[in-house]
Amino acid sequence: MRTVSYTEALRETLAEEMQRDDDVFLFGEDIGVYGGAFGVTRGLLDRFGVDRVIDTPISEASFVGAAIGAALAGSRPVVEIMFMDFITLAMDQILNQAAKLHYVLGEQARCPLVIRTPAGGGRCYGPTHSQSLEGMFMHVPGLRIVAPSTPADARGLLKAAIRDDNAVLFVEHKLLYAEKGPVPFEEDGVVPLGSAAVAREGNDVTIVAWSQMTVESLAAAAMLAEEEVSVEVIDLRSLSPLDMDTVAASVRKTGRALVVDEGTRTGGASAEIACRIAESAFDYLDAPVQRLTTPDVPIPASPVLEEAALPNADAIADAVIALIEYEG
Amino acid sequence: MNNLLQSFRAMLVIRLFEEKVEDLFTSGAVRGTTHPSSGQEAVAVGVCNALQPGDYITSTHRGHGHFLARGADPNRVMAELFGKAAGYSGGRGGSQFMADFDLGFVGGNGITGGSLPTATGLALSSKLRKTGKIAVCFFGDGASNQGTFHESLNMAGLWKLPVVFVCENNRYAMSLHVAKSVPIASIADRAASYGFPGAVVDGNDVEAVELAAAAAADRARALEGPTLIECETYRISGHSRGDRRVYRTREEEAEWAQRDPIVRLERKLVDSGGATAQDIARIRSEAEEVVSEAVRFAEEAPYPEEDTLLEGLIA
Repeated sequence: MRTVSYTEALRETLAEEMQRDDDVFLFGEDIGVYGGAFGVTRGLLDRFGVDRVIDTPISEASFVGAAIGAALAGSRPVVEIMFMDFITLAMDQILNQAAKLHYVLGEQARCPLVIRTPAGGGRCYGPTHSQSLEGMFMHVPGLRIVAPSTPADARGLLKAAIRDDNAVLFVEHKLLYAEKGPVPFEEDGVVPLGSAAVAREGNDVTIVAWSQMTVESLAAAAMLAEEEVSVEVIDLRSLSPLDMDTVAASVRKTGRALVVDEGTRTGGASAEIACRIAESAFDYLDAPVQRLTTPDVPIPASPVLEEAALPNADAIADAVIALIEYEG
Repeated sequence: MNNLLQSFRAMLVIRLFEEKVEDLFTSGAVRGTTHPSSGQEAVAVGVCNALQPGDYITSTHRGHGHFLARGADPNRVMAELFGKAAGYSGGRGGSQFMADFDLGFVGGNGITGGSLPTATGLALSSKLRKTGKIAVCFFGDGASNQGTFHESLNMAGLWKLPVVFVCENNRYAMSLHVAKSVPIASIADRAASYGFPGAVVDGNDVEAVELAAAAAADRARALEGPTLIECETYRISGHSRGDRRVYRTREEEAEWAQRDPIVRLERKLVDSGGATAQDIARIRSEAEEVVSEAVRFAEEAPYPEEDTLLEGLIA
C-alpha cells in the first residue's frame, strides 16, 4: 500500500474518477493552471484538458448553480469552493435548489453534485478564511456532508460522493492536506456515505470527532493512554447521514461522551450530536455529554488568539479528564 | 390548424387557466399562493414555438404559462396547485415548483433569479456532452438585478454557451416599477457587458417573440453564444393573490389592455382571414373545456398519503 498525502489522495482520486466516467468534470476558481488554492487539482488540467477542468469567474452562487444545472442534465460536476467561508455566497443554490430538487420533483430530478471545500483554522487566515461551517449545512434536509480525516478516507469518500446521485458537501481541512497515510490504490476503496469509523478503541470515554478534530483527538488519546485513561475515538467521517449506531454502541460501552467540534458552539454540529447521544444512550451515561468547540466568536487572525479559540489535543485531554472525574 | 391559430389556442388556454386559478385562490378552494401570468402569454408561446423537443427550459415563480406552452398536461398542473398526488410534483412543490424533464421543462423557481445559474449549467452540460440541446431561461425584470443574473450571463458569454435568456419585462417586480429598479432604459443593454447581443421585442406580439427566439435559438445551437431577449409585456393581474395593485393606476392598466396579446392576435387572425369568428368561438369553447376538465381532474384527485412525507429525500 502506498503512503501519500491527503492532497495527493484527493488529486489521484479525482483523476481516477474522471478516467472512469467522462461525465465527471471539475469546476471552480483557480483550479486549472494554478492547480487550486491548496494544490489539490494541480496537473489535472494538463491531463484532462479545458473541458474537464474548468476555471470559473469569482461567482460562487452561479457556478454552484450552474453545476446543479449541469448535474440535472447528466453531468457529474465536482465543484471547488476555495475556502469554506465563501460557500455562504452559494447558500441559496445549495439550500433552495440542490437539496430540494429530488424531494419535490421526484425521480426525474437527480443532482449528482460534489462541492469540495477546505474548512478550518490553524493557519492564521483570520475570521473569513478559517471557519468550519458544517453545522449550518447539517440543518439542510436532503444534503449529504462528509469530512474525512485520513488520506484513505479522503479517497474512499470522494469516490462515494462522486458516484452518489445527490448533492454532497465534501469538507476538507487545511491542516490535513499535508498529512500522510496509507491509501489502498490497488482497491476501489469506496467508503460508504454515512459510516463512522472507530479510529481508536478504548473503554473509559468516547470522543466523537471528524476532520482535523479526529487528529487532535487521537493525539489527546495517546497522551491520556500514558495516564492509563483508555479513550475510544469515533471518527464520524460523515455528518449527514450520521452513523449513530456506531456512536451509540461506543457510548454504551464507555458511559461517557465528549463531542469535539471545530465549529462554533451554539446551534452547531456538536449540539445535534450531543442531543442524539442523549436520545439514544441516556440510560448508559455516567456523566452528561460534554462538548468541546470553538467558542461563539469569529476566529481571530492573531496566532495567540486563534490558538485560544480552536480546540486542540491539550484541551481535549483536559475535557476527557474532567469527564472522568465527574461525580454527579 | 395554421401555426398562428395554434398559438392563439395555446395562449387562450393559458389565460383561461390563469383566470380560473385566480378564482380558485380567491374563493379559497385552493390554498397557498400563486403568481398568474395573464398578459404574458405571447412570450411563453412565442418562445416555446421556437424550440426543439429536448431543449431545456427554466422558469420562474410565475411559470404556469411557460409550462403549459411547453406542453404540460393542464390536469396535472392544476392538481399540483390543489396539492394533490397527481400533480407534477405530487403536491410537494405547489405553484412555483414543478417540472417535466421529458418535456425539457426543468422547473419553476420560487427564488427570484434562482434559475439563471441552472439554465447556464444545463447549457454548459449540453456543450460539454455535445447533445445539441439548448437551454432557455425565463426570468423577470426584477431578477435582472440579482447577482445570479450578472454572474450567469458573464459565464454564458465567456464560454459561448447554448442558452437564450428571455427577460419578461412585465414592468413590475411585485410592486416596484422597473424604472425604480433598473437605472438604464433597456434591460437588453445589459447583454453588452457580457459580450453577446441583446434585443428588445414586443412581448405582446407572439410572432415577434417567436422570430427573435428562433434567431437566438439558431445562434445558441450553432454554439455562437447566448442572446438576451427582453420582451416588453405587462402583468395584467397583481403580483400574487391578495395584491390590490395600489402601486399603479387603473388608467395604466386600461392602456395596456389595448395591447392585450390575445385580443391583438384574435383581431389579426380575423382581419387577415386566418380564422373566422366561428373558429375563434370554437377555440374558446375548447379552451374553456380544457380548463374545466383540469379543475374537475384536480378536485377529484386524491391528496398524497400522509405517510409519504419522508419519502424521496435522497436519490
